[in-house]
Formats: sequence, C-alpha cells, structure tokens
Amino acid sequence: MGGLQIPLEHVLLLAATLFSCGLMGLMLRRNIIFMLMSLEVMLNAAALAFVAAGARWQQADGQIIFLLILSVAAAEVAVGLGLVLQIQRRFKTLDMDQVNRLRG
Amino acid sequence: MTTLWLIPLFPLLSATLLVLSAGRMPRQLAALLGAGSVGLSAICVALVARTYLADGQVQELTLWTWMAVDNFTPRIAFYIDGLTVVMMSVITGVGFLIHLYSIEFLWDDESFCRYFAYMNLFVAAMLLLVMADNLLLLYLGWEGVGACSYLLVGFWYRDPDNGAAARKAFVVTRVGDTAMFLGLLLLYTELGTLDIQPLMAAANSQWQVGDTLPILATALLLGGAVGKSAQLPLHTWLPDAMAGPTPVSALIHAATMVTAGVYLIARNYELFLLAPPTLAAVAWIGLATLLLAGFTALAQHDIKRILAYSTISQIGYMFLALGVGAFASGIFHLMTHAFFKALLFLAAGAVIHCLHHEHNIFRMGGLRRRLPVVFWSFLIGSAALAALPFTSGFYSKDAILLSAWTLPGIGPWLWAGGLLGALLTGIYSFRLVFIVFFGEAHTEPDQQPGWRMSGALIVLCVLSLVGGWFALPLAGVLPDKDHAHVSHAVEFISIGTPLLGLLIAYLLFLGRQVSIASLAESPWGKALQDFWYSGWRIDKLYDALLVQPFKCLAHWWRNEPVDLFYNALVALSRWAHGRLITLQTGELRWYATSLVFGLVLLLAIMLRNAS
Amino acid sequence: MSMVVLIGLLLVGGIAAWQLERIDANLPRWVALATVTLALLYLVSVIAEIPAESFKLTPDPGDGDSWLLHLKLAWIPRFGISLELAMDGLSLLLVILTLLLGLIAIASSWSEIDFKPGLFQANLLWTLAGVCGVFLAMDLFLFFTFWEVMLIPMYLLIAIWGHENRSYAAMKFFIFTQVSGLLMLLSIVILAWQGVATGGELSFSYFDLLGLHLDGRLAWIAMLGFFLAFTVKLPGFPFHTWLPDAHTQAPTAGSVLLAGILLKTGAYGLLRFCIPLFPEISMQFAPVAMGLGVAGVIYGAVLAFAQSDFKRLVAYSSVSHMGFVLLGLYAWNNLALQGAIMQMVAHGVSTAALFMMAGALQQRLHTRDMTRMGGLWQQAPRMGACAMFFAVASLGLPGLGNFVAEFLVLAGLFAVHPGFTAVAALGLITAAIYALWMMQQTFQGAPDEQRQMDDFHGREMLAMVAMILALLWLGLYPQPVLDLAQPVLDGLHGVVTPGEHLAQTMTAGTGQ
Repeated sequence: MGGLQIPLEHVLLLAATLFSCGLMGLMLRRNIIFMLMSLEVMLNAAALAFVAAGARWQQADGQIIFLLILSVAAAEVAVGLGLVLQIQRRFKTLDMDQVNRLRG
Repeated sequence: MTTLWLIPLFPLLSATLLVLSAGRMPRQLAALLGAGSVGLSAICVALVARTYLADGQVQELTLWTWMAVDNFTPRIAFYIDGLTVVMMSVITGVGFLIHLYSIEFLWDDESFCRYFAYMNLFVAAMLLLVMADNLLLLYLGWEGVGACSYLLVGFWYRDPDNGAAARKAFVVTRVGDTAMFLGLLLLYTELGTLDIQPLMAAANSQWQVGDTLPILATALLLGGAVGKSAQLPLHTWLPDAMAGPTPVSALIHAATMVTAGVYLIARNYELFLLAPPTLAAVAWIGLATLLLAGFTALAQHDIKRILAYSTISQIGYMFLALGVGAFASGIFHLMTHAFFKALLFLAAGAVIHCLHHEHNIFRMGGLRRRLPVVFWSFLIGSAALAALPFTSGFYSKDAILLSAWTLPGIGPWLWAGGLLGALLTGIYSFRLVFIVFFGEAHTEPDQQPGWRMSGALIVLCVLSLVGGWFALPLAGVLPDKDHAHVSHAVEFISIGTPLLGLLIAYLLFLGRQVSIASLAESPWGKALQDFWYSGWRIDKLYDALLVQPFKCLAHWWRNEPVDLFYNALVALSRWAHGRLITLQTGELRWYATSLVFGLVLLLAIMLRNAS
Repeated sequence: MSMVVLIGLLLVGGIAAWQLERIDANLPRWVALATVTLALLYLVSVIAEIPAESFKLTPDPGDGDSWLLHLKLAWIPRFGISLELAMDGLSLLLVILTLLLGLIAIASSWSEIDFKPGLFQANLLWTLAGVCGVFLAMDLFLFFTFWEVMLIPMYLLIAIWGHENRSYAAMKFFIFTQVSGLLMLLSIVILAWQGVATGGELSFSYFDLLGLHLDGRLAWIAMLGFFLAFTVKLPGFPFHTWLPDAHTQAPTAGSVLLAGILLKTGAYGLLRFCIPLFPEISMQFAPVAMGLGVAGVIYGAVLAFAQSDFKRLVAYSSVSHMGFVLLGLYAWNNLALQGAIMQMVAHGVSTAALFMMAGALQQRLHTRDMTRMGGLWQQAPRMGACAMFFAVASLGLPGLGNFVAEFLVLAGLFAVHPGFTAVAALGLITAAIYALWMMQQTFQGAPDEQRQMDDFHGREMLAMVAMILALLWLGLYPQPVLDLAQPVLDGLHGVVTPGEHLAQTMTAGTGQ
C-alpha cells in the first residue's frame, strides 16, 4: 500500500492511553457531561484500536466495527443527553454523586 | 346363641336414640328408654345365664371380622363363660337398679337425656368389655368405659373442677391403658393372636413358668388393670372422680368399671400363672392399696370420698385374692362389693339429694329417724362392707383372707395385712354411719326418697345380705384356693377383727368413751390426720414430679423452639441483605470503578491461568 | 383417558367458577359443588367399569399396565417426558378421599367467603386438581408439575382469604414447600440422568426408573431430596413449623384441604416414590426417619397442649398424628403400612372435621382464642357433641378410625423396633391431655350467659354427620380400605425387602 507506515504498536499505545484517560475521567469526574465525554473518548479509543487492527491485517472488519461503534456512540449521546436534561431538570445539578436515588 | 348380640345392642341403641334426640326427648320417654334398655339387657342376660347354668356350655358368637391384615384378624365376637355370666349379671342387674334410681335423682336436671345417653353408652361398652372374645375388643370396651367415665364425671361441665376431675380420671387411667396397649402389642408379636382362648393355649405351649416374656406381658397388662381399678400407684383419680353425679359413682366407680382390672387379670389368669413375680406383685399392690386407702378413708370429711377410698381399698382385697391365686374368690368379692358398694353410694346419694347437695359428714348427723329407709340401707351396706358375719361381704372377704393365709411363705403376712385392713374397714365404715345417722342433727332433710330410689335401695339391701349365698358358676372357669383346712383360730380371728373395728368406731364416735378430739389435736395426731387426709400426699408428689414438669415443658416449648433455627436462617439472610445492600450506593462513579476493578481482576485471573 | 378427564373437569370447573362470579356471587359455590360432585360420580362410573377381580390383583410396581388404569401420552418426547397417569388401589383411595373432603371444604366455606368468591372456589378446585394429579401422575416430571400446581392455589387461598397474619403464613408455607420441592426436582433430574448413565434411554417414567441402581453417595443425595420434599409436606419433625402458621391463618376450607389431603401427598410420596425408588438406602435410613416420627408424635402433642389458639392446637395435633404415618411407613411391614394408610384416611377425616369446627367457632365468635371461649356446650350442644366426638377420635378411642390406624402402626412397629413403639405410645397419653384440654377450654367450663351463639345448622350438621359415620365405619369395619390397599402393598413388598437392614442396625445399636 505504500505511504507512511505507522507501527501497530504505536496506535495501540495511543488507543490504550486514550482509553485510560477516558476511564480516569469516568471514575474521577463527577459532572455527568464530563462522564459522558469520557465515555466517548473510551469508545473512540476502542474504535481506533479496531481500525488499526483492520489496517494491520488488511481486513474490512475493523472499519465495519468502527462504523458500528460510531452509531452506538451517537445513540448513546442522544439518550445520554436526554437523561442529562432530565437530571438537570429534576435535581438541579449535574453532580452524579448527588444523584444517588438508587442507593439500596 | 343368637340373643347374645342383643345384650349390648339395647343400651347402644338407646344411647344412639337419646343422642339423636338432641335433648328434645320428653323426660318420661328418655327415662323409659334409658332404664328400659338396660332392663331388657338384664332379661337377655338372665336368659343366657339360665342356659349356661343348665348346661355349662361356653357360648360363642362371631358378628364380623373387625379387620384382617396378614394373620392379624381380631373379630367382633363374644365369648360367654361363667366369668362373663357373673360380670354381665352384675353389670345389667346393678346397672338397671342404678338407672332406675337415676330417674328420680336427676329428674330436675336439664341434661336428663344426655345423662341417660352416657349411662347407656357406658353399659354397652362395659358389656363389650366383659363379653369380648379377644383382647382388642376388650380394649375397645376398656377405653369406651373410660371415655364414658370421663363424660359422666364431667357431666356437670359448668364447674371447671368437675372438668379437671374428669380429665384426671381419663388421663391417669390412660397411663395404665397405654401400658396395657403395649402389653397387647407384645402378646400379639410373640404369640401371633389376640383371641383370648388361643392366646392362653399358645402362651402355655410356648412359655415356661417364670420366663421373662410372660412376666413382661403380664406386668404391662397389670399396668392397665392398676389404672382402671384405681390401685397403687395410679389410684389418685378415683377420689376426684366423685365429682360426677352419685349414681355414676355407684355404677362406674364402685360396681362395674373400676373392677374391670380385676376382670382382666381373672380373664387372663393362665397368663398370670406363668408369671409368678407378677402375681406376687398383684398381691402386694393389692395389700398396699387396701391399707393406704383404709388409712386415708379414716381422715376424710366428704361422704363420697370416704366411699371412694373404701372402694379403692376393697378392690385392693380383690387384687390380693388374685395375687394369691384365689381368682374365684376375687370375683366373688367383686360381685358382693358391687352390691354393697352400689347400695352405699346410692344411699349416700339419697342423703346428698335430701340435704341439698351436702357432702360434708360433719354437717349431717341424726338422720336415723328422719331418713329411715336410707339409714337401714346404709347400715346394711356398711355391715357388708365391714364384713360383719352373715352379710355378703363377710363370705367373700373371709374367703380372701383365708386364701391368703394358705399361701406358703408370704401368705401369713398378706393375711395379717388384710386383717389390719379389715379392722380399718370396720372403723371407717361405722365412723361414717355413726356420724351421719346418729348424734345431733345439723341439717334437716327437705324431702324423702321416692319409690324409685327406695325400691332400688331395698333390692340392693337384700342382695347385700344374701349375696354371700350365691353359688357362682366359676368352677372349672377360674381356679381357687382350697381353704377348708385352715385352723379355727385363724378363722375366728378373721371373723372377729371387723367386730373389733366396729367396737373401736363405737367407742370413738358414738359412745364418746375415748375423745377423738384430743387424739386429733395432739401434734402427732394432727400431722397424721393431715397426711391421711391428703391421701398420703401422693397427689402432690405426682403434681411435682409429672404435672408441673409437663406444664413447664409445654410452656417452654410453646413458642416453637424448632423455629429458632429457621428464624436464625431468616436473620442470617436479613443480615447479609443489610451488608450487601451497602454496595448499592447509587453512585455512578462507584459502579464504574468497581466494574473496572472487577474486569481487571478477572483479566488477571485469566492471564494467570493461561500462562 | 378417564384420569385426564377427571383432572380436566376440576380445572375447567375452576375456570367456570371464577368467571361465573360476574353473573352472580352465589353461583361459584354451586358450580364448585356441582364440579366436585360430577367428578365423584364420574370416578364412580369409571370404577364401576373396572372388573371387580382386578381390585384383588397385585399391581406390578414396575409395569403400569397391570394397574387398574394406565395412560401414557407423549408430552416432551425429546427429554423422555410423557403424560403418564396410572391408578392403583392406593391412588384410588386417596382420590376418593380428596374429592369427598373437597365437598366438605366447599360446605365449610359456604357462607364464609365474601371477597371474590369465584376466585376462591376456583383456587379450591385447582388445588383439588393438583392433588388428584399428584396421586395419579406416574411420570416424575409430571408429578413435580402437579406438586407445584397444588401449591400455588393453596398459597393464594392463604394469602388472599386468610386471617390477620396471612402474608407471613402464606410466604412461610410457600418457601418451605417450594425449597423442598426444588430439592426433589434436583433428585428427579439426578435419577433421570442416572438412568441414561446406566445405559437406558432418558425417561422420567416411574416404571422405568424403579429398580434403577444408584451409587452410594448419589443415591443418598437423591433419596434425601425426595425425603425432604415429602417430609416437609407431611409434615415431619423438624420441618413442620410452616404448618401451624399456615393452618392458623388459612380460611376454613383451606385448612380442611391442607390437613385433609395436602399433608397426605407427603405420605403418599414417601410410600410411592421415596422408599421404592431407593429401597436399600431408605431401609438404612429408616431408624432416623422413625426417630423423627417418634419425635414428631411427642413434640406435636406437647405443643398442642401448650396452644391457646384452637386452630394451632389442631395443627400441632396433626404433626403428632402424621408422626405415626412416618413411623408406619419406615417400619415397612404389612401391619404398619396398612396402619399408615389407615391413618392417612382417618386423620384426613377427623382433622378436617376439627378444622371445620374451628372455622364454625371463628365465624360465630370472631376469635380462635380458647381462653375467650368456655361453656359453649350450653349455647351449642350440637357443636359440643360433634367436637367431643372428634376430640375422642383424635385421642384414638377404639371403635373410631384413628385407633385402628394407630394400633396397626404400633403393632407393626413393635415387631421391628419395640423401643420406638414404647416411646410413641406415650403419644397416646399426651393426645388425651391435649384433646380433653381443648374440650375443657371451649365447650366445658362456666358459660358466658351474655353470649349469643347459633348452633350448627343443617348444612354443617350434614357434613359433620357424614364425617362421624365415616370415622365409625373406619373404626368398626375398616376392611374395605385395607382390602383396597393390600394388593398395592403386596406389589411394593416385591420391590423393597424390609427388616434386614433394620434388624442389622437394631442389633448393632443394642450391641454397641
């Protein structure tokens, strides 16, 4: 195929870093918007790994999965933002530590 | 003999009709039915007895097979020999008189029908008991009379004391009955049948005299007999059972049911002969009971309780007779006792009836002229009870004492004990007569007994006087001791002792030659009197040993200790719930974090396993 | 097919009763009455067609075709599950008892239920259907299905129409029976797989699984699963604690059914499944089971005496009486088994009557507390007489059914284990104590003159008289019942060889 070849390891390292960043964000941030954004980062990290793997083995599966993740992410954002709006409206806050009505 | 089945049927049918009428039957009809059915039975018994006396043939009748499992086939069947004839005659004859008497005694009671229903049911059950050809049917009658006794003792159910007395009567006898029940199981398991005659034959062929098994089996049967016949140590129910109407006491607790134990031993005498230790135990139990009850009777105030203890004592004589092997004498005493004790109870009932339900003898007195028929009845009854010469009791008790004398070894001891009992009998029976009928009057009778009461009393008076001359058809049926060769000295002592008792009673209670009061006031006398009055504190002993522990146990278990385990399970899961629920914080970040760590842990484990 | 029709009739009758409530509130009970009567008549007509001599033939426990009726339809062939029903003398006896007590239950609840009478009668009929199914099913999976079918309507009866503490009692009842039922399901599956493992085809049929040899530990586990399920239902000590609560809280008809027939399914299960499927293990286990039986006899009687609640007292008396059944079953000789079967029938009648009495008292006095009764004989002599009859029946008075049962059980047991017999006989004394104490507290004693109380009316009296006659019949001429059950027992004796293990353990026990 030619062109600049990025080694798979580098991409995976990047994906892992992104995933970890997202995970840390999810675990540490209290604002639901940031949590959702962290989720997006994690999803994209996973998607990046898929694309890279697809490129490495010359198979379309990676890109197909990327598209799937893209649509899942879109759906998630749609539902997630709807929830965010509701949470904001009901609890007057976006701090998820405050919103613990499901506590046992 | 086809009329045999009619004998228990008449009272049974009458009882059924009375129950079905639900108390709406007119009194006259109920009385006719109640007494008449027993009368009809008595006539049938007379016919059967005539046939038996004529040819001496055992009569048998099988109605149906009760149940048949493997070779266990007890039948509803009757077996009539001399012993049964005697028992049936006593039950229906005395029973009829008591029924007749009851009509007047209970005429004003609102539960007149119920009374006769129970009484008839009792007579039917008692007849089944004595007519049964197998021990299981006998047990049916045995428990049936127990149940009727319970119903009749608690007849006046409104007073909880009567209920308690009735329950005591049933439960205490049930203790004995359960022993008997086990005895039946043992006999069936070992000998393969419960039909009495084959059972005796099998026992005689399979067991030797003195084997363990017959001793065990007879000991268990003896348990039943002791319970039903109110002997030591199960005698405590009988004095309390006096809570029932007096004719009931006469019929059930004097003449018939309480002698069922004597009948049981006599019926199975071949079995008992195989077990000399049990037979000796029968004698000793009889002796101990007759002395204990005699002393207790001396200290009682209640006219019926005195008679109750005297019944226990007299049945003790019967046991003594059985124990020394004088089975026929025991049955003879059973019959004469039925006459004179029924007479005494009915006379006591007449006194109570005429004195507004007064039971305390010290509030009676001077009734000799006011109630002459009752006085003469009581006098004759007491004479027979004390075995004064030429009354019926004299012949039967004399036979027992002399039989005891002839027993080698322990015989004279038993004889001496029996003699002491006879002395006591003389004292307490005439103490009763002197206190109730002589001296100054404390309560005035407001009525005289009517013809039914008086008639029954008079017939029983005659029987009590002449009953000793009846020749019972027991030869060949039951063995007896030969006591023709007893020395005259022994005979004279035996005859003289009751007279001595009479004399002592006269000195103490009528002639006032010796002050009874000073005797009773002394510390020893008082203690002794209290001790005797309480029936040697046996009731208290049983209460402390059995009743209270049982109640404690029941109270302790009341809230179901087994549930403690299940409740612990419940508590455990509740506790786990309480712990685990704290994990459910509702915090999104906590969930996410635990998810991550969980995953990491899982991955680590998988990697470790993979490597 | 007739057995399917019988069960179907009850199920459909239930649906009809449920739906017809909308038309008229009085209609359901008539429908229920008609359904059970019809079922009974149908059963009679079916029996009449069976030649009389086949009742005397010994049914081979391993071959359903030798039974009175046998039906096998494919249900889930892939797992070897079939719709297999069969009837022998024992099942017939119990089905008849079920239907007759069903009638009694309907009569006892005639005027008691106001809330949703249709659903009530429907649950009643479905319980009956489930019980009939339990007595007839010969496929273990089907048996388990019916086992659950009878459980759920009973749960509803208690949970909806029960008394003050009903949800607790219903839940307890449900959990006890459900957990033990699941253990049984586990055992059934073990058994079926073991059938495959030993080279057979996968089958849940009783006739195929009988005689299957299991290895030691597996057999113990499977046997205990069955034993627990049935002993909880029986109920045997110490698994009985659901019973007093369930009985106390259940409506009258529920108590009648529970005591009269549901408990019998436990005894039936032991006799039909638990012991014959695991003969050797069961006989090794027998001393333990008999020990539990003796403990139940005494413990139940003592606790019955301790109660002040009429229904609780009767419930504990059931525990005591069912202890005799356990004793009889594990003594495993003809006398004892006949006694156990007799006890199932006699106890069904006598206890049903006592629960009906309790229900009648509660309806009239609005209490079950005996300390608030006393002297009722004066206001209600007919009730008193009936109560007295059933009280003495319950304490085992000869001439009534319970005595025959207890005597046979103890006579059989005595040959096997005299020690247990002696202890169990103490139950006769304790039974007298609680039965008479019950009479004292309710009908005897000083009456409350202010109290107004109706005596039994015609309908109640009719039910009572029927049960009185039944007990007298069972007590004086039990032969028809014994004859019906005898061939079945003969067949079972071929499967289970009794005594040897017992004798060994006994001598081992005394020798040590």
